Amino acid sequence: MKIKFYIIFLYVFFINLPAVAHHDEFNIFLIENSENIIKSSAKTVDSILRDIQSFDDEIVSRFLELWKSKSLYYIKDTKQVVIVNENEESLDALEIDGLTRIGNYSKKEIKKIKPNSGVRAKIDSILVKYQISNSDINVRQKSIESLKRNIRPEHLEVLQDAYINESDAELKTVIDRLLKFAIVKYSDSNDKKLEIIESFKGDTAIEIRASLNQLLNSSEVKVGISLPNNKNIARVIVPGFTIKNSNGTSGTTNFFNEDIEISINDAYDKLYADNLVYKKRITQDELKKILEQNISGDTIGGYSISSLDNEQSRIAAYNKLVADNLAPPFISENKINEEVNKFIFYSIYNETSSEVTNAALNTLASINFRVQIYKYIDLLIDGLSLASIYFLGAIGLAITFGVMRVINMAHGEFIMMGAYTGYVVQQFISNHTLSLLVALPLAFIITFIAGVIMERLVIRHLYRKPLDTLLATFGISIALQQIAKNIFGTQARPLTSPSWLDGSLSLSDDLSISYIRIAIFILSLIFLGLLLFVMNRTRLGLETRAVTQNPVMASNMGINPERINMLTFGFGSGIAGIAGIAIGLFSKVTSELGSEYIVQSFMTVVVGGVGNIWGTLAGASLIGFLQKFIEWFNPSNTLAAQTYMIIFIILFIQFRPKGIVALKGRAADD
Amino acid sequence: MTNSINDLLARHTLIFTIVVVIFSLFITFFSEPYGNGLISTSFVKTLGKTVCLCIIALAMDVVWGYCGILSLGHFAFFGLGGYMIGMWLMYERTAIIVQEAAINELLPLTETELSNAIGNQIFGVVGGYEIPSIWMFADSLGLQLILVIVVPGILAFIFGWLAFRSRVTGVYLSILTQALTLALSLYLFQNDSGLRGNNGLSGLQNIPGIEYLGQEVISIGFFWASCIFLISIFLLFHSLMKSKFGLIITSIRDNETRVRFLGYNVEIYKLFIFVLTAIISSIAGALYYPQAGIINPAELAPIASIYLAVWVAIGGRGKLYGAIIGATFVSLFSSWFTGGQAPDIPLGMFTIEWVNWWTVLLGFGFVIITIFSENGIIGFLRNIFVKEK
Repeated sequence: MKIKFYIIFLYVFFINLPAVAHHDEFNIFLIENSENIIKSSAKTVDSILRDIQSFDDEIVSRFLELWKSKSLYYIKDTKQVVIVNENEESLDALEIDGLTRIGNYSKKEIKKIKPNSGVRAKIDSILVKYQISNSDINVRQKSIESLKRNIRPEHLEVLQDAYINESDAELKTVIDRLLKFAIVKYSDSNDKKLEIIESFKGDTAIEIRASLNQLLNSSEVKVGISLPNNKNIARVIVPGFTIKNSNGTSGTTNFFNEDIEISINDAYDKLYADNLVYKKRITQDELKKILEQNISGDTIGGYSISSLDNEQSRIAAYNKLVADNLAPPFISENKINEEVNKFIFYSIYNETSSEVTNAALNTLASINFRVQIYKYIDLLIDGLSLASIYFLGAIGLAITFGVMRVINMAHGEFIMMGAYTGYVVQQFISNHTLSLLVALPLAFIITFIAGVIMERLVIRHLYRKPLDTLLATFGISIALQQIAKNIFGTQARPLTSPSWLDGSLSLSDDLSISYIRIAIFILSLIFLGLLLFVMNRTRLGLETRAVTQNPVMASNMGINPERINMLTFGFGSGIAGIAGIAIGLFSKVTSELGSEYIVQSFMTVVVGGVGNIWGTLAGASLIGFLQKFIEWFNPSNTLAAQTYMIIFIILFIQFRPKGIVALKGRAADD
Repeated sequence: MTNSINDLLARHTLIFTIVVVIFSLFITFFSEPYGNGLISTSFVKTLGKTVCLCIIALAMDVVWGYCGILSLGHFAFFGLGGYMIGMWLMYERTAIIVQEAAINELLPLTETELSNAIGNQIFGVVGGYEIPSIWMFADSLGLQLILVIVVPGILAFIFGWLAFRSRVTGVYLSILTQALTLALSLYLFQNDSGLRGNNGLSGLQNIPGIEYLGQEVISIGFFWASCIFLISIFLLFHSLMKSKFGLIITSIRDNETRVRFLGYNVEIYKLFIFVLTAIISSIAGALYYPQAGIINPAELAPIASIYLAVWVAIGGRGKLYGAIIGATFVSLFSSWFTGGQAPDIPLGMFTIEWVNWWTVLLGFGFVIITIFSENGIIGFLRNIFVKEK
């Protein structure tokens, strides 16, 4: 053990001689300042941190790191600052370099140095200087990250140096951007600020908008006889009328924002607080309290209590009290208005240069224009993905209801069955990708069989009675829903998507599309293609169309209508099952999953036009885009959007009873 | 022949009236306040609610069974009626409570203070104290009762006029009415709808002004009111459907085009029936919800209206008493099975618990009735009867 130390000592002494020389000086510095290091405060730490920078970078950064992370100790007797190696019973004290052993002490003889958070923050901001020029790129990256969170005026210089010295291109751009923010925030030179604000134009990153908005921070409401000349006025405020825009300017109330910045009463209170008026406003509550204090028998100031059930008589009674010198005078509403109108209310920017704030406003406007365009694109994508969801929900119906004219209220339950199939398969196959590949055909087969059974047992008997079909299938629907509830319980079951569907495709800070939405969009396109292919290019499709158009003629041609009806209904149900898996991937699987989609799905088919797959596509697009468009006006209220959307559809049906894509000719007859 | 049928029908209404009156008297004489208390107050309420459901089933039977319009929205009108009367009940009761509390105050309340206090009591749950403008008549029972008729009436008129004018028929009309119901319930689910969002209106069983009578007496009162209304609606529909007007209505069901060619304005007839039944549903709702005590938007969900159609179909459509039998049968059985009173059936390794399986039974039973007996229980019974003859 001793020999080992001896060797280390030799190594340090002979090979790394200059460092040791520095190290000695540093030790002297530590001894001189030990008192202040041990009991540091935000006030005393500044001088140490200033002086310490004259020492060798490596030693200083190591020391600061230890200090900040509360890893420094001191020996109580000598006040020597050390680091320790903890043994079971005692502590090995070492010098700061971690190499020179001082001695073995008991735990009582050594104490930890605990800098408070203010001191730590100051250490941190000095430490950054050393870390940012560290040879290790990871350390540099880390220090930049910490700078992003907590940037201070003194970092301006550090960042400038770092930008010049940085060799890694990627990190250099990060530093460049951070430097720009620091300049906008702290630079003394307006020209530099203007240059950078100008360069921000067209960049929609959220940090840039935040940095510009910060530049446009404005003061609390101020008041005066007239506007001050030498101040950078952000806005003139009309009490009870104007609102505060996020860029510090004032605006008028509108549909989206009705929060006025200051009410007339508050404005008067502000005048009183600033000693611009001398009479205090008496609020209704205060008035009531004073009246209550002056009750004498059944009357207050000569007015009977029972008559004081309206504001006018209360004010009259109060004025009587005022006349008797029992209460401070009441300021009437007119008087308040009059006083408030005598003054002008305004707010000033924290930034003093109007040139800079104007440039910031200008740049922000150009950025917001671009953001607005992104928002429109986002709206389009939202609409598109909602349209594909509706299309998925309705596509099976497009066959059973659209082509066969069978009202299947249990269609939603086929969607639910598909989703539960996906869930059950996942319980047996843990690989999500594989389980999805198994579940898709399985869901088709199960719901196909369920559809065929239903067609054989129920629907076959009711082909000529559409209203009866509606009711009978509703009976099946509630029975299936309850059975699912009995088997799987009421809580939602997860259908987890494979990991490659997680995450999203990010196009900008405001524009990202989750992969699952893309997948659903592609899936609905595949469905559309498949459906068109089956209906227009296969024997089954041909026979289905023949049977639905004229069953008797079709059967004369040797087609078995019963068989075709059975297969078509099964096909439509099977597609609903696959759609169920897709829907289950983005919403929770419950027994009510299907019923949530059933009304919208029927609407989709009806709006689109019965009997046409393109119609269903048109219907889904119309409903999806429309709902997102209405939601866009009032994003917090999706329920209202759905309500208005349904009302729109009801009106739409008035003008196009046969839907968007109406069938013509003989096929149009019911 | 015609005379004998008319006699039979006339006797039907007489028999029906007598049965309902005897039934009401029977319930009264076994109730808690007026008899030996064999029938509990809660069961009187259940019966009273069932009678209200019979009324809306009658309305449904007329609009669907006689006129052929399968409306999946009549329960929305029922709920609207409940909301309209509920507004008065809730406002008035809160006003009384607030005024009682104000007695301790030194000064009498001003109008603003009163309305803020009431608003705070009612709308505190949805974060507000301002009373929305749709409540402006809530302090007057008379006006609110008029609204029970006017609001669903206007809604039904606008919707019906738009739908019948553009000749939306059959399943399309059904889907459209269902959409209307969905829109209404979604709207009411919002917190800023002014009707307390998904909290709905509550405490409706406490009738302001007559609370001192106690729930036992009030429940009997509502039960009688429901029964009297049921009888009058039965008589009204019966005479209406027996008249020439009723014949035209049934003809529209059977062949709308032919009736139109004969020169009748089909749309007006359909609109009249649609609006009339909507108003009657609404009044039934106004009688139902004070007995139920609470109404919330879930009550208006589309599925409730479909269930209504189910009752009528099970009872037998196109016959007034069919609707009543269906509604009574299904709703009483439903509360019997889901109330946990029905004996569970052990099947060895699996026990059928009716609380969970009743809906399944109802669903499949309904399918069987639809396929095998177009006219529901009534049709089924008549088939047996006719065969015996």
